[in-house]
Parts: sequence; structure tokens; C-alpha cells
Amino acid sequence: MSPEKTPILEVSKLVKRFGGFHALDGLSFHVVPGEILGLVGPNGSGKTTAINVISGLYAPDGGEVVFDNVSSGGVASHKLVHRGINRTFQVPKPFLSLTVRENIQVALAYGGATGAPSIAELLEEYRLKEVADRPAADLNSAQQKMLDLTRALATRPRLLLLDELAAGLNPAELDWIAGRIKALAATGMAIIVVEHLMGFIEQITDRVIVLNAGKEIFEGTLATAVREPQVIEVFLGGEHAH
Amino acid sequence: MHNASKHLLFILAPLVVVFALLPGVYQNHLLLFNFVIFLILAQGVNIIYGFTGYLPFGYVGFFGAGAYGFAIMVMHLQTPAPLAVLVGGGVAVLLGLLLTPLLRLSGAYFAIANLAASLAVLHFVANPALEGITKGPYGVSLTGTFNPTHAYYAAVVVMALTVGAVVYLKNSPFGLALQAVREDAVSASMAGVNIIKMRVIAWLASALVAGLAGGIYAWYVSVFYPDNVFSGEFSIFAIVFALFGGVATITGPIVGVLILYGIYNLIGFTTPQYFQLIYGLLIMGLVLFLPAGLVSLATRRGWHVP
Repeated sequence: MSPEKTPILEVSKLVKRFGGFHALDGLSFHVVPGEILGLVGPNGSGKTTAINVISGLYAPDGGEVVFDNVSSGGVASHKLVHRGINRTFQVPKPFLSLTVRENIQVALAYGGATGAPSIAELLEEYRLKEVADRPAADLNSAQQKMLDLTRALATRPRLLLLDELAAGLNPAELDWIAGRIKALAATGMAIIVVEHLMGFIEQITDRVIVLNAGKEIFEGTLATAVREPQVIEVFLGGEHAH
Repeated sequence: MHNASKHLLFILAPLVVVFALLPGVYQNHLLLFNFVIFLILAQGVNIIYGFTGYLPFGYVGFFGAGAYGFAIMVMHLQTPAPLAVLVGGGVAVLLGLLLTPLLRLSGAYFAIANLAASLAVLHFVANPALEGITKGPYGVSLTGTFNPTHAYYAAVVVMALTVGAVVYLKNSPFGLALQAVREDAVSASMAGVNIIKMRVIAWLASALVAGLAGGIYAWYVSVFYPDNVFSGEFSIFAIVFALFGGVATITGPIVGVLILYGIYNLIGFTTPQYFQLIYGLLIMGLVLFLPAGLVSLATRRGWHVP
């Protein structure tokens, strides 16, 4: 992380409730351009909810999301896409009956980005060239994840949220996608990665935030996090913490 | 040649030429007119169902609204028929705007709510208390504007515009975005698509098409009752024809109307006693073996169907 950079995203005291359940309970963090931030925590800790609020799928019940100095909490997703936020989904959600090429075309036509990469570049870079004219329904799950990612990149985001992109990829694919994510960050893109694969998180992130029950319980490098008793407690249970 | 030009040249142009010339060689003009009306309605269903996934079981509501919009203009304001047809289309669009909250529903819920809405419009129009405006349940008689020849060619023009609109949807980023919304609204919004705006545009476009068809129908028949122009058969036929051919294509609904409405009339003329049986079996066969329509016979083989 470069401390001199101003954050592109600032989340403060974010609250999201579902009935009586507090999925996010006063979460605050920030991310700067070019940084890869990891969001980790046990299932149900609020990682995906945080991504859903930042990407406009849910309106927050409290707190604030500021993207590029403008409040963005509760703003419709497509407007946030035009402002420069995009994401992938834990379970990829391509337009199944459209071809791979058409999937990307929609985002290029409606993403509102100038200077976005071309379809040919995206297909080549994310290993989709061979299947470009096949319906997305024909792709395997790793390919669908890459299509989800290219759909997001076609809108040329400045903040990219990756929700378990690595899950289900084989070791060679993991190394390759880690390289791609680092290359994107090197262009100045801020990236938030939600992931359960700790090796992958360690390989790519500059900093991690550990969530539990909708709150931040740790912020720092993953190497430090794994020695933190509170972190060990939420992942492994109380008896392992001491 | 650009794909859209090909579609206009090889699908739209022959269709228009054939239906423009047929009245000169075939005497059953009412049948030809009905073909054109169903070609319009099936493509209207295609726009809203094929491209956005909303199944409009009450589609006839727009058709009836268009017919009554036409009738009221002609009866009370002595509006020239072509202008009254446009007003009929406008009335259907207004009804569509009124019904936009239905787009919050999906699947069967939308279909049922849309059906209920069309019945509500029927009973509103047929209300004896509105006799001074709509003639209530007693029906309208527009003998002053009766001109089936002009009405027929107006229908051919609207058919050309409707098929042209579907050619546009099939060949534009706009049409692609509509299909993206149909496939996955959340992903479509993350592609930057304003999903509410897209759905409303498609909904109003399909309302306009049905309203224009309804206005022209009123012009052609000139005497009708609320039950005629709000008959559920219009919705059902248009949906069945579109599905039989295959939606989200240009040719599917055309093929569906030509074959199914053709067979419908053939059986009706020759063996009316077996009519329901044969027609029912045909539709059951379609649902069981070709749920994606006749065009899927070709797409399954990897052929591209426009």
C-alpha cells in the first residue's frame, strides 16, 4: 500500500441488516488505487454482503460508502458501473443463451467506459478465444468465472470486487490468475478480493481485513493475521487461540 | 452485406411484398387481414416475451385499448381513420405506462397480473355507466370510416414496422442488452445496463404494436363489442404462434403464424368436427418435443436462425 495515495473507496460504520440479523455491523475500511485488499473471515462474516453493498446490489441500512469522493451508498448498480465500480460473482452469472462474445459486447456497449480493452484482447487475455462464439451455457465453471471477469473489465473499472474468483481453479490456473490480478492492480486499479484460499490471498494481497459477525477484527498483512489470537479464535475455535 | 440489411432484404421485404400483392389474387381478404394482424401481435409478444422474458397473458388489453381509442376518436371527434389508429397506439402506450408496476413481478405472477389487468380494462370499457363514451356493452358501429382496403394496407405497414423493430432488436446492442436483462438482471446491471428503463421501453413498444393493431382492427371490422376486441383468444393465439415458431428470433413468430394459423384455418374449413382435437394435439406435441419452437430444429444442428 502506498500511504501517500488518497483512498478511492472509503467505507465507514457500514450497517446492513436482514430482519434481526446484522450482516454488517459497523464495518469501516478503505482501499487505495493500485492496492489489492483481501477480505477474509468465516462463512457468514459479511464479506459478500460488503461487496453487494459496495456494488449497489443492497442499499446500506447505516453508515457510508464513498467512492472517488462521492457518496455511493444505495446508488443503482448500473450507475456505479458507470462511475467505475465492477465485480464478479461467487457463482458466475453470465448471460447463458448469449455467446461469450455477446456477453462481453453488452458490457462494452453499456458500461460507459472509454478506452476499454477490445473484445479480441479480453478473449485472448482470459483464455476465451476458442469459445468466443459458443453460448455461455456451454462453458465450464472456470471459463464462466473468466467470462464474469471479462464482463467486469469491459466496463474499465477503477475498483474491482472479486468474490471468490479462485474457488474451483486448479493450481496452474491459480498462479496464472494471480498474475493477471497483480497486473491489473499495477495499472492503478483498486481490487478487493474475497477468498477462502489463504495461499492465494497471501500471494496477491498487500493487506487483509478479517471480518467476523459483520465487524472488522483485524487489519494488516495475512502473515500477521494468522498469529493473532482473535483471528485464530474465529477461524478455528477458542481452544486453539492460546 | 450487414446482417440487418440481409434480414430486411430477405425476410421483411418478401413478407411485405407477398401480403401487399395477395389481395389481388386471393379473394378471402378477411383471412389475409387476420394473418397480418396475428403477424403483428406475435411479433409484439416476441418483443416483450422473447427479448425480456415477460409472458403477457393479458396482451389483448393493449389490442382492445387500441380498438377503443380508435373508436372513441372516430365517434366523438370525427378523427380521420389513420390518425385515430395512431391515437389507438397512444392509448395502449398510456395503458402500458399505467401497468409498469407489473414489471416488478416475474414468471407466472406477471402473467396472471397482466391477465387480470386486461380483464379490468374490458370491464371498464364495457361498463354501461360509460355508455356515453364507449357505448358500454352495446358495442360500437363506425360505418362512416369503413374502408377494409385502406385498413388492410395500414396493417401491412404496421406489420412492416413491427418486423423492422424486431430486426433492429436482433442486430443492435440494445436488443442484446434486453436479452441480457432477460437472462440475468443482476449481471445486466453490472454490465452497466439500466434494467428498469430497458424493461419499460420493451413493454411500451410491445403495447404500441398491439394498440396500433387494435386500432386497425376496429377500422377494418367497424362494428364490434367489447368482448370481440378483448377476447382472450388474441393473447393466446399470439403467444402460441410466437412460441410455436420460436421467440427471440425474427423468423420464428412469422413461421409460427403462417404454419399454425394456416393449419387452424385449413382444419376449420375442411374438417371442423376434428378441429379442437387436431389443434390441441399439435400444441401438446410442440410443448413436449420442441419447447424452444420450430426454429430449434435448426439451432440444435448448429445452424444460425435469424
